[in-house]
Amino acid sequence: MNWGEFFAMNGYAWYIWGSFGMALLIFIVEIVMVRHRRTLILQQLHLMGNTEDL
Amino acid sequence: MVPWFAWSAAIMFVVGLYISFFVAPTDIQQSEAYRIMFIHVPASILSMFIYLVMAGYAALGLIFNTRLSSMMASALAPTGALLAFLSLWTGALWGKPMWGAWWVWDARLTSELILLFLYLGFIALHASIDDPRRADRASALLAIIGSVNVPIIYFSVQWWNTLHQGASVKLTGTSMHVAMQQGMYTMMLAVWLYAIAISLLRVRSIILERESKTQWVSELVEVKR
Repeated sequence: MNWGEFFAMNGYAWYIWGSFGMALLIFIVEIVMVRHRRTLILQQLHLMGNTEDL
Repeated sequence: MVPWFAWSAAIMFVVGLYISFFVAPTDIQQSEAYRIMFIHVPASILSMFIYLVMAGYAALGLIFNTRLSSMMASALAPTGALLAFLSLWTGALWGKPMWGAWWVWDARLTSELILLFLYLGFIALHASIDDPRRADRASALLAIIGSVNVPIIYFSVQWWNTLHQGASVKLTGTSMHVAMQQGMYTMMLAVWLYAIAISLLRVRSIILERESKTQWVSELVEVKR
């Protein structure tokens, strides 16, 4: 079996790669959002700490 | 603990995808399309399981007034919602070539859609109340009442005459090929570990957000830097 055949998935390519692609997209978006949220709150806390010192 | 779960999830995904696409044989009836099940079944099962865990944490927070369990419930909701959506999405992409329809108002599909709405309702209700403790209590009530839906999803294929097939894996044995089983279990474990890792990472931000006025947070090394 060559790679062309593999990606064609016997005619079901759109359905299969659409499913696994959406899964990948969801996981990546979720990871990015959660990491972004952590960066934001740490920045915010950092600012709060700095203003208290003044 | 987060990196540990995250790395084992990543390894399990690689192994699971390898088995799903290179080891598991082609299905005699569904050809290659059945491979969607390797992501559909784990997403569906985890979407139900996470809901029960979320409702459990929410109930603990409601009964014992523990803040951390309510925060844990809030951390689980977005992951559960995404998995419920993924379950419906992959189900539609499988349903189109196999049933000839993206969507039917079948008991199982409808109850899974309700599960997605319950997750979204939980998130929206929590976000709409300013006082976090009151938000915890209100959304906990929603989560607990909504948990009635989980057994309905699970048993829907037995209680009603549905288009959705029954379980292929039963306690008494399974009708699946060994490699298909291994692929499915590995993918399920991968999604499970991923869900733990991402929820723990999310709850850490929620804790910091909600405890931002406390002494211990301002003394954290990450904050001081």
